[in-house]
Amino acid sequence: MTATSQSNLAETKPLTANIVAGRAPLNLKEYSAAGGYRAVRKALKEMAPGDVTKAVKDANLRGRGGAGFPTGVKWGLVPSLEKSPGSRYLVCNADEMEPGTFKDRLLMESDPHSLVEAMIVAGYAIQATRAYIFLRGEYIEAAKNLNAAIAEANAAGFLGKDILGSGWSMDLHVHTGAGRYICGEETALINSLEGRRANPRAKPPFPAIAGLWGKPTVVNNVESLCNVQHIVNNGSAWFLGLNQGKSKDGGTKLYGVSGRARKTGLWELPIGTTAREILEVHAGGMKDGLKLKAWLPGGASTDFLMPEHLDLAMDFDTIAKAGSRMGTGLLTVVDDRQNMVSVVRNLEDFFARESCGWCTPCRDGLPWTYKTLVAMERGEGRPGDIEMLEKMTRFLAPGRPFCAHAPGAMEPLQSALKFFRGEFEATIRKQSPQVAA
Amino acid sequence: MSTANVTPSSSPTVMKLADLVAGQSLPATPPYVMSDEERHEIEHCLHHYDDNRAASIDALKIVQKKHGWVPDAAIAKIGELIGIPAADVEGVATFYNLIFRRPVGRNVIKICDSISCYLTGYDEVREAISAHLRINLGQTTADNRFTLLPICCLGACDKGPVAMINDDTVVNLSPETIPALLEQYK
Repeated sequence: MTATSQSNLAETKPLTANIVAGRAPLNLKEYSAAGGYRAVRKALKEMAPGDVTKAVKDANLRGRGGAGFPTGVKWGLVPSLEKSPGSRYLVCNADEMEPGTFKDRLLMESDPHSLVEAMIVAGYAIQATRAYIFLRGEYIEAAKNLNAAIAEANAAGFLGKDILGSGWSMDLHVHTGAGRYICGEETALINSLEGRRANPRAKPPFPAIAGLWGKPTVVNNVESLCNVQHIVNNGSAWFLGLNQGKSKDGGTKLYGVSGRARKTGLWELPIGTTAREILEVHAGGMKDGLKLKAWLPGGASTDFLMPEHLDLAMDFDTIAKAGSRMGTGLLTVVDDRQNMVSVVRNLEDFFARESCGWCTPCRDGLPWTYKTLVAMERGEGRPGDIEMLEKMTRFLAPGRPFCAHAPGAMEPLQSALKFFRGEFEATIRKQSPQVAA
Repeated sequence: MSTANVTPSSSPTVMKLADLVAGQSLPATPPYVMSDEERHEIEHCLHHYDDNRAASIDALKIVQKKHGWVPDAAIAKIGELIGIPAADVEGVATFYNLIFRRPVGRNVIKICDSISCYLTGYDEVREAISAHLRINLGQTTADNRFTLLPICCLGACDKGPVAMINDDTVVNLSPETIPALLEQYK
């Protein structure tokens, strides 16, 4: 690859420009030669912390972990050093466990310096004293590569005391988790990082005010963070332009496809690319003559959409208007050989098992939902089961359980009941002669 | 429901209520003898955090690395070392599915049962593993060679069905490739 094409790639596909399949990740020297750590120098020498936050706000970078909250706004909620002196923390949520999501793994395994640089820039913006990467325990290769990158960054003076003579100091540590999906919820993640059971916390106060050890804390997703050095280098207008006019949101997005598609995988594309382009052009459509029956836009906790929704732009607002959520932006495609009762049973099994058990609606409602679906799958559904499942979608709606876990679990259920009611009814009809007897 | 509940290969001591009523004291558990290596590793972890409690998960992992699981007596020892109640250490140990509170086999298979793997053939792969090893989820083979556990999405969904065997992520599994794959783990 020539120097020119490398720099062009960095300007159109900032997240994956350094990633070549099958090649070892760039070390510090190679990463710097490809333009790496320029943003750290620029931010620390030429910009005030507030300028970095403003640039990220202006770029309209929205959180790539699934919720879409603007990253710069989140940073801006951290109180000033005068109001809240002492420790403050930056935490990278690298607990990637949303079923159907495999994007952060690639970034950390294949370009670890990118996340390290991003965290230095983000840490400077909020004046963090310590930073943690909360990495799921199963990502062994990512832990190895991140630790190697951090050691190099420490040796080069990009981390530690008085970074580049700026007077600002920050340590960065990889904390590996011990399982449980709920750790991806940011307040549960903070409890887990403190060495407690990962039960979510009541909000407010939000982590920006009182997070890790009661101090101001920002929790950002891996993919969100990996954009910030490029925003510092190239400016907010450049970042907004990466969407090629396809969306109001700025930047590119890692999109992917899993399920029975021809070429499942992951691609960095302008945010707002249509689901049809992702599935039909990049993933080559469905395989083995299968037809698309339904799709999850971005993980198990998003509502199903139908083939007629494929022309929607994959961005937060457009997918929300269609009644779902973009979530993590990685499509899971369901083929026409699948029975939706079984598919939803699989999803609810996951959510029931991963409930932290803290609040009653979630702890009891999810196993109830799961067991009802198991019975229906066996053809043992009873009249009233569908109505009970619908009631569950209301009992476990946002605001009723303690956190977003159970409401997330209800999203695929409520949409499957809406689009595929006949398949649920069929499980009951089989039973009805016996009921009559 | 917790995936941490592994079938024990040795029965734990069971106290009956009647024994307690009869005034018998709990059987004494021999104290855990922690190696210097474990202690140093745990003490090193304390430096990473602004509060010692945060090292509880690291400490459990360090003990598990040595024994394959976390024995009962180690819980109190970890609590003592980092300065938190043993009950808190136990609370953490039983919450997280990658911490084993019962013995496991020499090799631990964690098979992903989340949606993308389900859609690409999880059931067939799990059945092939179960048939080959003659164990179900949550069980250990009689020769103590394998334990089979379910796990949620491993983040390699484009290559499903997926599993982990010890620290290895194995992808694109099919029932036909299972015997040869498992043969590599002694």
